[in-house]
Amino acid sequence: MADEFSLWDIARNLGFALQWTVILAIVAFVLGGITGLIVLFARISSNRLLRNLAKAWISVFQGTPLLMQLFIIFFGFPNLGIEVPAWLAAAVGLTCFTSAFLAEIWRGCVESIPKGQWEASASLAMTWFEQMRHVVLPQAFRISIPPTVGFAVQVVKATSVTSIIGFTELTKTGVVLANATFLPFQVFAFVAAGYFLLCYPLSAYARMLERKFNVAGTH
Amino acid sequence: MNYQFDFAAILDYLPLLGRGIVFTLALTAFGAVLGIAIGIVGSVCRAWKLKPFNYVFAVYVEAIRNTPFLVQLFFIFFGLPGLGIKLEDWQAASLTMVINLGAYCTEIIRSGVQATPRGQIEAAQALAMTRSQIFRKVVLRPALQKVWPAIASQVVIVMLGSSVCSQIGAEELTFAAGFISSRNFRSLETYFTVAALYLLLAIVLRHLLTLYGQRFIVGRPR
Repeated sequence: MADEFSLWDIARNLGFALQWTVILAIVAFVLGGITGLIVLFARISSNRLLRNLAKAWISVFQGTPLLMQLFIIFFGFPNLGIEVPAWLAAAVGLTCFTSAFLAEIWRGCVESIPKGQWEASASLAMTWFEQMRHVVLPQAFRISIPPTVGFAVQVVKATSVTSIIGFTELTKTGVVLANATFLPFQVFAFVAAGYFLLCYPLSAYARMLERKFNVAGTH
Repeated sequence: MNYQFDFAAILDYLPLLGRGIVFTLALTAFGAVLGIAIGIVGSVCRAWKLKPFNYVFAVYVEAIRNTPFLVQLFFIFFGLPGLGIKLEDWQAASLTMVINLGAYCTEIIRSGVQATPRGQIEAAQALAMTRSQIFRKVVLRPALQKVWPAIASQVVIVMLGSSVCSQIGAEELTFAAGFISSRNFRSLETYFTVAALYLLLAIVLRHLLTLYGQRFIVGRPR
């Protein structure tokens, strides 16, 4: 049985599983981005309650392991009568995780906009919403792109943790194949290569953007 | 939804949680000390382009930073025995922590080392400082001071990431959590408690590293 698996079979199966890693990463990144935007607005709002809620959200999801978040959703929620399938637990857990980090990254970008910009727009009788819409966010958006792309790498890597609750993505398929073929060295080397293939272009792109924006910023 | 929370079900297992915390912190401390050491060596090789080590470290950094911690762990624990290198769970966990943190520290410290103004090194040479004096006092110390906050948050991230070491049977905090919830069938309470413990560890570790690390390890930035 073991020698019926050629390296090509392993690579092909892993390639198929890679799709699920990509899908999960995209879902987590998009939903996490939307949630992160909400958390960001709460975090920088003038309402103290909203601000504190956002702070708590960020510190809870940044300060606990992703694995624990997944375990609570996947193993804990059924105790409350809420059965959660692995794919849903993975998507929800990763979304919360991503939202906390993105909100914090983006807050740094918004806060790096010089105070003078706020004061100048305020002296033009802009409302808070107009200041955000026309002055602060367009500039913050520009500087937020490199770190956001860089964080996408973290999201792709974080999807590997969902294999532990049984979501069949690249790492889980690797574990199954390693057990079936007795070739763990080759299988996990392939799995690592799969992640590298996804992550390296993203990190290289993030680095390139960073360089480009740094040059543009120094006039 | 009328679930009765019973956090008392965890009280019997406090010693187990305590041992888990100690294991997690030991892993983190081991990873941090050796990881920073690798980071110092690697960053100097990278920043000063010491051939061929700068290429070796460049490949190492990219390989580690672009693959998940869990896969590195599985590769070391399940894969390396294929080459005849057999490691215990705690050895594999420690080794992965060191390798992982070493790559991040190389990249973090490199940015600090590269930021050393050329003029400061020249000034130190003009004062007849030896090469090792220049390296220690003019290059490394200010570099570490500059990047210490980044190192501290990376150590915290890796501490949280070490929770996946439970998957190879290393008996750290998450392993204790899994064991307890399989005994008392109170997975919600157990995982909530352990998540809270991790949160506490993360907050305390970050404070200790930024406060005391800056005071006693690298000194205050000037």
